[in-house]
Amino acid sequence: MPYALCFLLFMIGLYCAVVKKNMVKIVIGIMVMEYAVNLFLIMLGYRTGGTAPIVDKTYLESGTGQIAASFINTSVDPLPQALVLTAIVISLGSLALMISICTRTYGKYGTFDITEIRRLKG
Amino acid sequence: MIRALPAFVVIPLVSAFVLPVFGKKGKSAATLLANLATVALLVLAIASIGKSGVYEVGNWPIRVGIVLVLDGLSSLMLLVISVVSFAAMLFSARYMEQYTAKAKYLSLFMLMVGGMNGVVLSGDIFNLFVFLEIASIASYALVGFGCGNEELEASFKYMVLGSIASIFVLFGVALVYGNTGSLNMAYISKAIQGSGLNAGLGFALALFIVGFGLKAALVPFHAWLPDAHPSAPAPISAMLSGVVIKTLGVYALSRVVFNVFGISIPTGWLLIVLGLLSMVAGAFLAIGQWDLKRLMAYSSISQMGYVVLGIGLGGLIIAGGGNLAWASLAILGGLFHLVNHAVYKSLLFLTSGSVEMSTGTREMRQMGGLAEKMPVTRATCIIASASIAGIPPFSGFWSKLILVVAAIQAHFYWVAAIIVFVSLCTLIMYLKVQRYVFLGELPENLQQTKENKNSMLVAMIFLACLCVLMGLLVLVPSLKQSILDPAVQVLMDGVKYSATVMKM
Repeated sequence: MPYALCFLLFMIGLYCAVVKKNMVKIVIGIMVMEYAVNLFLIMLGYRTGGTAPIVDKTYLESGTGQIAASFINTSVDPLPQALVLTAIVISLGSLALMISICTRTYGKYGTFDITEIRRLKG
Repeated sequence: MIRALPAFVVIPLVSAFVLPVFGKKGKSAATLLANLATVALLVLAIASIGKSGVYEVGNWPIRVGIVLVLDGLSSLMLLVISVVSFAAMLFSARYMEQYTAKAKYLSLFMLMVGGMNGVVLSGDIFNLFVFLEIASIASYALVGFGCGNEELEASFKYMVLGSIASIFVLFGVALVYGNTGSLNMAYISKAIQGSGLNAGLGFALALFIVGFGLKAALVPFHAWLPDAHPSAPAPISAMLSGVVIKTLGVYALSRVVFNVFGISIPTGWLLIVLGLLSMVAGAFLAIGQWDLKRLMAYSSISQMGYVVLGIGLGGLIIAGGGNLAWASLAILGGLFHLVNHAVYKSLLFLTSGSVEMSTGTREMRQMGGLAEKMPVTRATCIIASASIAGIPPFSGFWSKLILVVAAIQAHFYWVAAIIVFVSLCTLIMYLKVQRYVFLGELPENLQQTKENKNSMLVAMIFLACLCVLMGLLVLVPSLKQSILDPAVQVLMDGVKYSATVMKM
């Protein structure tokens, strides 16, 4: 169920990016898609009632120094969180660039409506 | 050599962050530094030919850490990227004098090169996405570098479609991780061989094909290319058409489809159909254009069709259990065409930049008779046009010949017919360029046109020499065995890639 909602969010973002005429709304749509994917990644690593994936002494088996099975069975997956952090930084970069292009375009054309910004054809 | 692998990413990234420090006063120093960086990359790329291996970043083992993988296909792509970026950087040294903020331009340029080298070397699929984004974001900014009305519009269009493509790829990466529990391409491939394709992985494959297809501007996804490529400064057009669509699009697509998921009959057909559509539609749209760079941009779409067609045909023959000799011939044709197209299309864009800089226009109807005024530009443009149209003995002829032979041997006669037909259309569009730009009468206002000097000429002549000599890559057996054959072998091996990487 949460995965379906996440996919719905993705489709809403895609719809917004493809259908809307306003440049800023298109940017918002792209960001909604981005966050839907980030949410999906986070949910992949989620475990109900899981513990933080940090190994301290209580999780090491006495004697062997191996990580206990109880830790592996209860901790959440830390990797998707690292991926999401990276993805958020990247999307921040592209968001900043997109918004700056939007404002520069507004300065040139005096409108955000992409149906009026049509010099390039053919 | 393997220990030097990070240098392919480190050199461009470091120079990208050092270059903006040189302000207006240190412009020539910055240009020199950027040129030195591209020369260093070229030397490294030549040194990497024939080598293969895995570099584990930070000594983490391959299963959990980030790895850089060098194999035949990677070193071929590294060579292409370095050659084109070397020529484009040499050309920019003079061409970019007409823009302000040259140091920032050089910085973005190096960022793009670093991203592409990373895409080619990355052995895990999430880093492939990260480097893809580095290269893409730098190229969005470079398309809008002129900050004029059209540049901004083209940049926005490119950025919207490019971001959607990147998000599709990220979604695909997430699905693959969820289904296989690994991000390393070798381990993903092994897991997929073990479990087979389930619904989630099938959806991920579809997302990858759409995402990389958008980056490669294959025909249903091509809307951004004819706006973005002409709007960029000429050396960047050369980089975009020459290597960016190949690395971010075709290389990534074939790596994922062949080596990670394994080629199957439906994906083989899909690649063939995408390739044919791009070839035919791109050629027809190109003939009607009057903007010089726009015509070349549409012809890029058409030429990328050849590459995807060759690779797809080879994949289909492998998946269908056909004769492997013809499969490898088709893939060889596709990859060789990729290399050729990188060289002659970047040369064409550089000549268009030279013409634009001298005449101040890209509209072909306002030009004419430039043959006398710009002899070197004209000569290099003829060589590139002959090469792209497939006139022997120039490079384009050999790759198209290989594709036609492979198609006929595999009994795809109609494919061979379409290849020849599109080749004729290409000839027509470049005859149009010659006729309207270099022949005919010289208009009044262009009487004072002068040939460009120094580094621009050197860059164009360098690429023109390559255009003439590239046929040797398939004609001389030792060159073919050291450069093209290992790359073909990587795609032929398909999912055996995972075993190869784990052994390295």
